[in-house]
Amino acid sequence: MSTQEDPRSVVPRPARRGPLAQSWQRVVAMFVKEFIQLRRDRPTFAMIVGIPLIQLMLFGYAINTDPKHLPTAVLTGDDSPIARALIGALRATDYFNIKYVARGEADADKLILSNKVQFVIQIPPDFSRQLVRGEKPGLLLIADATDPTATSGAVAAALGTANQALDRELTGPLASLAQNAPPYEIRVHRRYNPAGETRRNIVPGLIGTILTMTMLMYTAMSVTREIERGTMEALLAMPILPVEIMLGKIAPYVVVGAVQMATILIVASLLFQVPVVGSLFTLTVLTLLFIVANLSVGYTFSTVAVNQLQAMQMTFFFFLPSMLLSGFLFPFHGMPMWAQYTGEALPLTHYLRIVRSVMLKGSNFDDLAVDAGALAAFTLVAMSVAVMRFRQTLD
Amino acid sequence: MSAESDIAIDVRGLTKSFGAKKVVDNFTLQVARGHIQGFLGPNGSGKTTTIRMLCGLLTPDSGEGECLGFDIRRQQEEIKRYVGYMTQGFSLYRDLTIRENLEFVARVYGLEAPENAAQGALERLGLVARADQLAGELSGGWKQRLALGACILPGPSLLLLDEPTAGVDPKARRDFWDEIHHLATQGLTVLVSTHYMDEAERCHRIAYIANGRLLASGTIPEIIAGANLSTWVVTGEGLDRLSSELKRQPGVDMVARFGSALHVGGRDEAAMERVADRYSAEGLHHWRRDEPSLEDVFIDLMTRAGADP
Repeated sequence: MSTQEDPRSVVPRPARRGPLAQSWQRVVAMFVKEFIQLRRDRPTFAMIVGIPLIQLMLFGYAINTDPKHLPTAVLTGDDSPIARALIGALRATDYFNIKYVARGEADADKLILSNKVQFVIQIPPDFSRQLVRGEKPGLLLIADATDPTATSGAVAAALGTANQALDRELTGPLASLAQNAPPYEIRVHRRYNPAGETRRNIVPGLIGTILTMTMLMYTAMSVTREIERGTMEALLAMPILPVEIMLGKIAPYVVVGAVQMATILIVASLLFQVPVVGSLFTLTVLTLLFIVANLSVGYTFSTVAVNQLQAMQMTFFFFLPSMLLSGFLFPFHGMPMWAQYTGEALPLTHYLRIVRSVMLKGSNFDDLAVDAGALAAFTLVAMSVAVMRFRQTLD
Repeated sequence: MSAESDIAIDVRGLTKSFGAKKVVDNFTLQVARGHIQGFLGPNGSGKTTTIRMLCGLLTPDSGEGECLGFDIRRQQEEIKRYVGYMTQGFSLYRDLTIRENLEFVARVYGLEAPENAAQGALERLGLVARADQLAGELSGGWKQRLALGACILPGPSLLLLDEPTAGVDPKARRDFWDEIHHLATQGLTVLVSTHYMDEAERCHRIAYIANGRLLASGTIPEIIAGANLSTWVVTGEGLDRLSSELKRQPGVDMVARFGSALHVGGRDEAAMERVADRYSAEGLHHWRRDEPSLEDVFIDLMTRAGADP
């Protein structure tokens, strides 16, 4: 035992590194292996950029709580230039797609009841005469308010633009009328989003939603795949620790997540004109934390699931509440308390606060310490569960 | 070195059940360092389970033992560092190239220069030309060669090979066994499970297991002597009919067809002699007394194990 370095070693035994270096090298071994496998899996590789792009297009354009080109009917008893200018201005807002000219009030009612239109613009017969006389005539905008969020934007736009339209007509002898404040003046003030653009809320949210989905999927199958391909037995017979396997398997997807984040941010600014008001560095660091949190959850599923199908089901089981209860689809404080408590336990909830605050308000690390801490805690818990759940034997 | 360090595997009373089924029952075995230990037995007899207990992949329900002096219950991490385990199915990464697989193994075992170690292994295996081919695209023989190369790469002291030559052609099997012997002369201990008699005959010692129980263990002459089988070789016409007839005769324990001859044996020599004399006298077949072969013994063991599970 004294002369030989190791008495058990009889066959030429290659030199080893130090214990810590060995551990690091084992993580590197997993990392390199996973990366090669990922690179060689062409469909998956293509989807790394494909999924965020497609989803961003679909949701960015589809989820729109401020819809435009709403079907509209006009009911007018006044064919004056002023009335025509009013209708032209309404059309120019893009909110109103004037599809019908109603022949009377009954006809207009029928159009709304049968869902053919969402708006009826009614101009009374002596509208321009009353206007010229300074009698402040009423222009009636009848809205189908069964979906208030869908019509509120249009109503606001109508009020504002109709005023301007009249301003242009009221020149020469009528100029004095233009000085008067319109009787229905409504002022809307929206901070951080003055134009009330839904995409400013939706697009940052999409970063979180897309990353949740892709990151969960990548790691949710990483352990079950080894089991199903029969490589787990050999891996378990090698001197590698569960925590080393986990870190090595998660690391390549942090890179993938960063690529996806960059893709989404570039598209968000080019296509949807959503700016990043705050620091890009803050956003990147906190997004990477969120990516690691989701990868840990996925990996935990992978250690619990028996096969890839189960892992997939768990992913969706986690994904759905993330969509519904995180404040992505519904305003967080509008949800019942139980839903809010559930939402607080989801990484996406905290990330949505982070990403929206940084991108739209310019918040910094200090402002977001609680949410960042929640993400870090979540990651640690998920990783601990994963390491404990990892079966080191085939028992 | 102490005397016990000359023993590579020393396990006593290993037992493992899956549900109600006792897969390995009171298994005891000692394997000397530098020996090639053959491990035989019918399918489902518990060979793989035993091997998995030896390398720390399964925890025995009861029993104890050491591999290379490490406790198989408590020192699995150490065992993994010094044991090369070749699984029954191909368990390297099919979507990695040969070189990438070897580099992966070299890194996991913490070798100083993984790339060089992999290159060295490629040269030893004669796989340099195929280094960048995906492992999944290799033929059975090359896969097995690669798997063995990956096992040996970190310089283990004990090799556990689970049916390494299943589905491999005779030439590749022969090369494989030459390599095993070469490794053993360097002091490597090898435990190898197999179904092939020619392979069993190349082992220093053999253990035969059926229904989870060790039925015979020792060198080939020891096992043959221990079986206490008296055998005759019968040639002539109509052997198939004779075979079924003989199986019903008292004193006949084993009847097996080998090419154009029938091997007939029994543990009761006197009774077997009477059967042989009677049939010889009929003159229809030629009866010749012969030493029992290893395969005769195994067929007898298997028959007995089947009758008495």
